[in-house]
Amino acid sequence: MRKNIITATFNAKSGHPGGSLSAADILSYLYFEEMNVDSKAPHDENRDRFVLSKGHAAPALYSVLALKGYIPAKDLKTLRHIDSYLQGHPDMKHTPGVDMSTGSLGQGISAAVGMALSAKVQNKSFRIYAMLGDGELQEGQVWEASMFAGSHGLDNLTVVVDNNNLQIDGTVREICSPYPIGEKFRAFNFHVINIDAHDFDQIRAAFKEAKSSKGKPTAIIAKSIKGKGVSFMENAVGWHGKAPNEEQYKQAMQELEKNGEVSA
Amino acid sequence: MTTVKTATRESYGNALVELYKKHDDIIVMDADLAAATKTGIFKKAYPERHIDCGIAEANMMGMAAGISTTGLVPFVSTFAMFAAGRAFEQVRNSIGYPHLNVKIGATHAGISVGEDGATHQCNEDIALMRTIPGMVIINPSDDIEARAAVTAAYDHDGPVYMRFGRLAIPVINDRADYKFELGKGVTLREGTDATIIATGLCTGASLEAAEKMAQRGLDVGVINIHTIKPIDKEIIVKAAEKTKKIITVEEHSVIGGLGGAVCEVLSENCPSTVLRIGVNDCFGHSGPATALLHEFGLDAEGIDNKVSSFLK
Ligand SMILES: Cc1ncc(C[n+]2csc(CCOP(=O)(O)OP(=O)(O)O)c2C)c(N)n1
Ligand SMILES: [Mg+2]
Repeated sequence: MRKNIITATFNAKSGHPGGSLSAADILSYLYFEEMNVDSKAPHDENRDRFVLSKGHAAPALYSVLALKGYIPAKDLKTLRHIDSYLQGHPDMKHTPGVDMSTGSLGQGISAAVGMALSAKVQNKSFRIYAMLGDGELQEGQVWEASMFAGSHGLDNLTVVVDNNNLQIDGTVREICSPYPIGEKFRAFNFHVINIDAHDFDQIRAAFKEAKSSKGKPTAIIAKSIKGKGVSFMENAVGWHGKAPNEEQYKQAMQELEKNGEVSA
Repeated sequence: MTTVKTATRESYGNALVELYKKHDDIIVMDADLAAATKTGIFKKAYPERHIDCGIAEANMMGMAAGISTTGLVPFVSTFAMFAAGRAFEQVRNSIGYPHLNVKIGATHAGISVGEDGATHQCNEDIALMRTIPGMVIINPSDDIEARAAVTAAYDHDGPVYMRFGRLAIPVINDRADYKFELGKGVTLREGTDATIIATGLCTGASLEAAEKMAQRGLDVGVINIHTIKPIDKEIIVKAAEKTKKIITVEEHSVIGGLGGAVCEVLSENCPSTVLRIGVNDCFGHSGPATALLHEFGLDAEGIDNKVSSFLK
């Protein structure tokens, strides 16, 4: 998974490795264990949906879609290329497995709330998962969407906040603090769970709990490390939107290899 | 000879530093993109006069409106998509309607955003901003013009939308007599067969295309429209009267931008045949900026091809 992210951004010579690496573990859990999805039926109307509201983490989403067989793994190397369908930000029209086009922060969660509402209206049992950045929480639209979801008790919706504490210009705390995040969602009538975004036991337990929570949407505040898994990218604000060069690419791949990362 | 290339967003960041040295009533605002919009250059020089509003563009526009009523002149920055797009209604109702003295520095306009793709490539901002009464729109063609535009925006009393690019582009205005006059088009090249009216980074490419055509005996003039609103009607009508055929070139949708503005002027004052070159009512996609400009026919070669077949 992480190797795919590094390979894709390296070959794109641009893209967002930091926020992709912080999201990687939860994305792989969602697609491999949690969601009711089938790569052979990416448009099944009863499938669970995932909305990557922090659309710049597209390399993470594409990596997991490749591992799940939605797209050929070799295509990851074409990320952001002029003739590739793998756009800089997820494009539902051209990429199988992408449930919503995103990239403009704050908008994905609204689409997720719409999907959750629609499931209720149609008496369908599919579930909706949305992942947001912690900087993204600064968008007012996030709270408009949350107020609606909480007020309508959309318990088929689980929102994950990738709480890596960094945005582009600095830490979220110093730019415009969203803290306390859990209390904010709680005030909007969400069931709130705090976890370590890189601990699979905690991830598993949290999504289980979310599923059993009735009458309220769930917000999982996942404390993460931006750049997780690549020593020089970890907690480094400069690795938000920059691709590794040849040397950095090699080092990153070596480190991930050591940690037993598999690639598609 | 290597040509100097500068992205106009870079010019913007540098110009803000110079402007503050003369006018200490300015304040610079950004929405978590200071490194990209280049207001980071200003932040480094005058951190106490730079406000990072976080990823909340609509709120930032509203705050700028409020700040401008208290004696400061805000220069508000984010990508064009989020300045003109995300915050359109805040700009329209909180800045445009009360005609407040807010200067919007919108960067990463057009498809030359490149790899980020369609969600970030704003080809609609000129059209949106043009419909707001009293909004001035400046789309500079190079580093020199971009820096002049910042001063002109400050000197103008009222809202101004400045459009800057991400891609480094050649300097074309390095003339001793260069002068920026708000609302005035600039004839860069006289021609008798047709006139290209260009704006922004397409101006340099249009000049290059005209030179290529001249080698094949086509005499095409080039006018630079840096101020899209208020537009220089006189220079446009004169060009149409002289050459009959007009071509507009812009890194923006052919709907509602420079092409639209020129057609509005000509249909009422000098009905003419106009070829609008721009983004043809479609979204962009990911790719390197120069390759995209080529694909969309907005580089010198593409302009040359389209104009040549238009004049056949
Ligand atoms: C509406 C909008 N404004 C600005 C941007 C530019 N942008 C892309 S990523 C980013 C920072 C995101 O920070 P965060 O949400 O914390 O993401 P992460 O740290 O998980 O990468 C910004 C400002 C955008 N994509 N959309
Ligand atoms: Mg973050």
